Formats: sequence, C-alpha cells, structure tokens
Amino acid sequence: MNRANVREAVSRAHHEEWARVVAALTRRFGDLDIAEEAAAEAFATAVERWPTDGVPPNPGAWLTTTANRKAIDRIRRENKRDDKHKEAQMVYDADPPEPVGAIDDDRLRLIFICCHPSLAMRTRVALTLRMVGGLTVPEIARAYLVAETAMERRITRAKTKIKAARIPYRVPSTEDLPARVSGVLTVLFLVFNEGYLATGPDTDPVRHDLTAEAIRLTRLIRALLPDDGEVAGLLALMLLIEARRPARVSGSGELVALDEQDRGAWDVALIAEGHRLVRERLAAAATGLAPGRYQILAAINAIHTSARDVRDTDWSQVLALYNQLARLDPSPVIALNRAIAVAELDGPEVALAAVNRLDGALADYHAYHATRADLLRRLGRSQQSRAAYDKAIELAGNTAETAYLTRRRDQLR
Amino acid sequence: MQYLVSVIDDKSNPGSTDRQPAISAFNERLIAEGHWVFAGGLADTDAATVIDNRGEQAVFSDGPFVESKEYLAGVWVWEAPDLDVALKLATEASKVCDRKIEVRPFR
Repeated sequence: MNRANVREAVSRAHHEEWARVVAALTRRFGDLDIAEEAAAEAFATAVERWPTDGVPPNPGAWLTTTANRKAIDRIRRENKRDDKHKEAQMVYDADPPEPVGAIDDDRLRLIFICCHPSLAMRTRVALTLRMVGGLTVPEIARAYLVAETAMERRITRAKTKIKAARIPYRVPSTEDLPARVSGVLTVLFLVFNEGYLATGPDTDPVRHDLTAEAIRLTRLIRALLPDDGEVAGLLALMLLIEARRPARVSGSGELVALDEQDRGAWDVALIAEGHRLVRERLAAAATGLAPGRYQILAAINAIHTSARDVRDTDWSQVLALYNQLARLDPSPVIALNRAIAVAELDGPEVALAAVNRLDGALADYHAYHATRADLLRRLGRSQQSRAAYDKAIELAGNTAETAYLTRRRDQLR
Repeated sequence: MQYLVSVIDDKSNPGSTDRQPAISAFNERLIAEGHWVFAGGLADTDAATVIDNRGEQAVFSDGPFVESKEYLAGVWVWEAPDLDVALKLATEASKVCDRKIEVRPFR
C-alpha cells in the first residue's frame, strides 16, 4: 500500500473514529484527559505502523483496542507513582435515563459534557473541537487566533473543572434535554459562523475548515438525535449557507452580496439536501409542532436558495418568517434582518425608519451600519450613506466584507 | 460529593429581605431529599476580623479580607451526586434567596 493511501486511511479513520474512541474511553476510564491522550497516542501509532503493517480491516476496532491499551499503560504508570489507586472521579452513568432518539451513543454523552452550561462558551467551543472534532490544540488555537499555550490552558482548565466539580458523563434527562441540545447547537453555530465570517486582518475571509467541521459535527448530532427539529433546522441552515460559499467571495477577495451572487455557482447538492430537511420540518410544523429559530432561519434561507434570480425572491414569505422569528426572539439583530425584507416590500424609507430605531442596541455592530448605508444609498442620501459605510468599515473584522464595503462607499456619487 | 454553596449579595443592589420563610421551606426540602449538610446566614462583613499570623506576630485587621460590592451573605454545604443535581438546586436557591449563588465543589 502506498503512502498516500495510508495517509488517506488514517485521516478517514480520524474523521470517522476519533469521537467514538474518545467517547468509549471516557466511559470506560471516567476521565476525559486519559481518553484524549490515549486516543491521540493510538492515532500516532497508526501513523507509525499502518504504512508497514497495512491498514487493519476494522480501523475503528484497532484504534479502540490500541487506545485502551495506552490508557491502561498510563493508569499503571500513575498508580506506581502514587501508591493509592485513585479511583476515577467522573460519574459513570450507572443508571442511564431512557435512551434518547434511535441511538444511545457515548458520543452524545461526550458532546453534552463538552457543551456543559457550567463552562464558558469559548471553552465549550474549544473542548468540543478537541474532544469531539479531534482537532489538535494548535489547530484550534490558530482557528481562534489564540496562542497555543493559552488554548492548551483553556482545555486543561476545563478538564480539571469537569473532574473536580463532577460534571456527569450522561445524556440529560428528557426534561432538561431541549435546553441542553439548544446549548450544543449554539456551540456548533458559533463554530460555523466563525468559519463563515472569519475575523482577523490576516485570515482567509471564509474558513472552510471551520464551516466543514461544524457541518460534520451537526450531521453527527443529527444522526444521534434524528427526531430533534432544531438539530435538523441547524443542519439545513448550515448547508444552505455553505451552498452559497463558492459565489460569496469574488476572485479579488471581495464579499459578494446575495443579490449580486452568481447563482449558477451555488452547490446544488447541498441546496437539495438543505431543502429536503426544510420540507421535513415544514411537514412536522403542519402537524402542530412549532418550529424553533434554526428551523425558521433555514426556511428563510430555503426561500433565497429557491430563487433562480434575485428578482424571483418571495420577499413576503421571507418577511412572514422574520415576523415569526421576531415573536420567538425579539432581538435587535433579528429586527435588523427583518428590515432588509421590509425594504424589498415597502421600500427603503420604511425600512430605514425601522433600522434607525435599533441605534441604541446595535451601534457597535458593523451590519447595522452596513444596512443603514445601503438603505441611505438607495434613498440617494449619499453623504449620510458614506458616513454609515465609514462606520461599518471601521467595525467589520472580515477582510472580504471590508473590501466590499469600501467599494460600495467609493462608488457613491 | 459535597459542594459549598455561597449566597452572594450585592451592597448596591441588595436582594429582598423577606426571603426567610421561603428559605426555611427550601431547607426542609433539602433535608427531606438528603442534600442538606449545613447552612448558615452570615452577619454583615463589617463584623469580620482577618488574622494574619504568617509573620513574627499575629496581626488583626478589622473588616473582611477583601472589600467588595458583592459579598458572601450565607453558605450551604450540600451533598449531591454530581454537578447537574447541584446546579438544579442552586437555580432554585437563587430564586428562593433572591440572590446570586456560587457552587463550588469540595476537593
């Protein structure tokens, strides 16, 4: 077997098996740190051995066995060091609550422990990418523009807290499940958004590694919780946004707004999959299940991706969905996006009045100023538009967005 | 597993003072469900004295070890199988006391 094939086999096994290996070891040894280290060692051993020994017929089983052995080695070493056998402190799930969805999978426990509400949001993100996604600490540090040592500390601190405070390794009870799933989805959407609108002067405008990882993890959760509407909604939302990625940044690195995108460049397979999920949720809504925010956002994106030409966009439907969303989440950001639909239906003047009301809440949000700038431009109020563009450029952190806003400003007469 | 559960009050925005009946009822429940280990409300931080005897002689200072807007108003020690159980109780405790609650595991 040649090197390239082995490398591919290792990377495929890493994608498919990492979370499973870490999850199984965490369950067996009751310690995230041992599980993480042993899994990493097992994969390192695979990189070393597979080129000469060949790829085992069942890579997952090979990796789990190897990781188990590494974990036992470490525990033996540590037990020799301090005589008293230190019992693993994490709580085993001796009495699991009723299985959730179709599969009761250790990976679900792993996801829930990484996204535990007692951990800081950025810690949840880092821990999920490390333990579930299998990204290395340097990779996560790079993704979030944090020094490696700082990222290492963040992850170590989290593992220490999980152990010391006894955060349980289990799937939450039915009663707590919706809130906890929603917490997990927040983490995944955060990862996706950082990839989709990467910040930092020297970063690529779109970090495909992060959007792809977020989609992969959401697919995993979808497989584990197939009946959860919001999981389906978030997956659909990500797919429909990701589908537009090829058309979203121009050759010169400038953001291309939705109304100017080459719709022929959109990924039809991702759109079809996203639309399928949205239809599934619409059917569920028809039976009286009220959709959550991700399902509504996915439906809005489905309307955009259904229009072959921007002029075919069903704006009244978009507005109706934003109204529904605003009832669920009366946040100023939703109101801002709603105003964009209002502009299409009732004109920029009406939309501008709605946007101006958000000044107090969104004064530091670049999209608020960008939206105002665009509405003022459409109303022919160039001077005010220019000032709004200036403010938006000052606040935007994404290189492609800055380039786009700068061009629009410089085109003002 | 035991947790130190601290009730935190805020001098500039104190919680309401009529909570005692609700707290007593909550304590009854903690006892009935086997979580209660210890509870006690604390006198004002002005009543605290800090002793430092790390040097040649003991130094007493009047007042708490740290002056802050937020201060410890009372403590519980709870027995709970894991943090999820403790957090659920703490969520209720915060309502019952009308104050912030910190949950910290004992080693």
